[in-house]
Amino acid sequence: MSAKLERLCQNLHSVLGERVGSLVTALGEVTLVVTAADYLAVARTLRDHPDLRFEQLIDLCGVDYASYGEVSAPAGVAAERANRFAAVSQLLSLSHNWRLRLRVFAEDGAFPVVDSVTSIWNSADWFEREAFDLFGIMFRGHADLRRILTDYGFIGHPFRKDFPISGYVEMTYDPEQKRVVYQPVSIAPREVTPRIIREQNYGNTDRG
Amino acid sequence: MADIQNYTLNFGPQHPAAHGVLRLVLELDGEVVVRADPHIGLLHRATEKLAEQKTWLQSVPYMDRLDYTSMLVNEHPYVMAIEKLLGIEVPLRAQYIRVMFDEITRIHNHLLSIGTQALDVGAMTMVLYTFREREDIIDILEATTGARMHGAYYRPGGVYRDLPDRMPRYEVNKFKNAKTVKELNAAREGSLLDFVEDFADRFPGNCDDYETLLTDNRIWKQRLVDIGIVSPERALQLGFTGPMLRGSGIEWDLRRKQPYEVYEHLEFDIPVGVNGDCYDRYLVRMEEMRQSSRIIKQCVAWLRQHPGPVITDNHKVAPPSREKMKGSMEELIHHFKLFTEGIHVPAGEVYAGIEHAKGEFGVYLISDGANKPYRMKLRSAAFTHLSAMDEMARGHMIADAVTIIGTMDIVFGDVDR
Repeated sequence: MSAKLERLCQNLHSVLGERVGSLVTALGEVTLVVTAADYLAVARTLRDHPDLRFEQLIDLCGVDYASYGEVSAPAGVAAERANRFAAVSQLLSLSHNWRLRLRVFAEDGAFPVVDSVTSIWNSADWFEREAFDLFGIMFRGHADLRRILTDYGFIGHPFRKDFPISGYVEMTYDPEQKRVVYQPVSIAPREVTPRIIREQNYGNTDRG
Repeated sequence: MADIQNYTLNFGPQHPAAHGVLRLVLELDGEVVVRADPHIGLLHRATEKLAEQKTWLQSVPYMDRLDYTSMLVNEHPYVMAIEKLLGIEVPLRAQYIRVMFDEITRIHNHLLSIGTQALDVGAMTMVLYTFREREDIIDILEATTGARMHGAYYRPGGVYRDLPDRMPRYEVNKFKNAKTVKELNAAREGSLLDFVEDFADRFPGNCDDYETLLTDNRIWKQRLVDIGIVSPERALQLGFTGPMLRGSGIEWDLRRKQPYEVYEHLEFDIPVGVNGDCYDRYLVRMEEMRQSSRIIKQCVAWLRQHPGPVITDNHKVAPPSREKMKGSMEELIHHFKLFTEGIHVPAGEVYAGIEHAKGEFGVYLISDGANKPYRMKLRSAAFTHLSAMDEMARGHMIADAVTIIGTMDIVFGDVDR
């Protein structure tokens, strides 16, 4: 771990104190996990505190941990477990030239809600709309939480692990009604290359 | 007096100045934009979801199709992220090749961006000149990768193959006589590197030509100066990166500040704007192209003197050569496993960001140790820039909305993913 990252970790510990849920440094990157209750306050501190000063929110995305570490996606409705959905943001400090990954888990897996950080970083606006659209994470305090990428009138949240890759409906032109109509998909699901998780060190690149 | 109401105007989804399928709902007060609401997603292909169904290697070609005006540089953060997770070293020659193609595609991107922006605001000639140079770049890509646009050239651990020794040449046909062909082939007699060097040598001269067309052009300045001003503080708040951030006067370039690959060994300058308007961003892009040709020349000089491997010899990640594969059982197994099951990437998460032509392009990967990514998030600069459309267009005339779309340098493959 480089001296710089060590300094960042120290600053995080001293500034945030008990609000640090977990702080992991791996592959030259620092990941901070906070609870949903602390999220907004921590985000504001991260931006404003002179020892941290993360002026920019580079990215914010939703993650669905429903089938993490499992070979196949959950069949049907996934187990609505706690800590299923997370909002992960990549922060950048231009003045200190360091990065931080901030993760917050939504407490309720069935109806995930986290606070919106649009008031702290305006760039979060569309990122949160995207996470809402694709994962169904509700951002409390977002002024304009509409769908952004999917079609008008789309039903469901397509990037959830229990949403099939082919979707549920397909659109065709109906010559009799002279308009496009939605109907259930006719594509059979298939997997060309199966998803495999090998034991630890299976593809150990050190051994060449 | 009659009650005058604002009216809404639909701009797009099919509009030549929308740079793709952008539906822009503009609320107008007379000719002044009161509110701009971009509706995106008409080109959404769920690349991130598709990548979860594919092995690590199979997703490389998807990256080209994100920002289809700067193809190879899109693959860069993706392979960098995988390399970071795997913890493998990339041969130095491959790093120089990647940097060279990053810069070539940067020029390619800016040529299209400036050319079409000029077209949008009414200067027809510019696009014809920029596409002339763009054609040379596409020829370079074709000679190297085999495809004119979607190269799929970078691999985790290096690049797919070394640079070719021979540049393809024109042949005499019923449309081109011997004299024309001789002129066209003048720069193509040698290897690819000769052609690239020749291009990098003459390109600053081409930039001078572009500048005579635009930089002091009265109409161009009337359309761009003081349009879409973004203060440095707002640029940071809105998540701007790349030329959009530098145009507002903040000197921030990942190639310099967080150097990846071999950028720390290369000499180049970072142009910065002053006023943060569309004209400054145009000047920044213009200077970036000159700097890119400087970097390309340095890469060519290095590549000439240092032959060597271009992909890692770790056969858990990169395939063995055909020759070895035919002769050795172990290599055959490696080859078979690599192309059926794919690479196994250790569990973990990583973010790799690079200085893309449009700004910071990042790939956030979560692996759970399988032969496919668990989650991939693409952070594209254009998405963030377009989200500032409302703020930048508000209070401007409707014709300036077109200028602002042009200056954002948006490509819908990149915005919608």
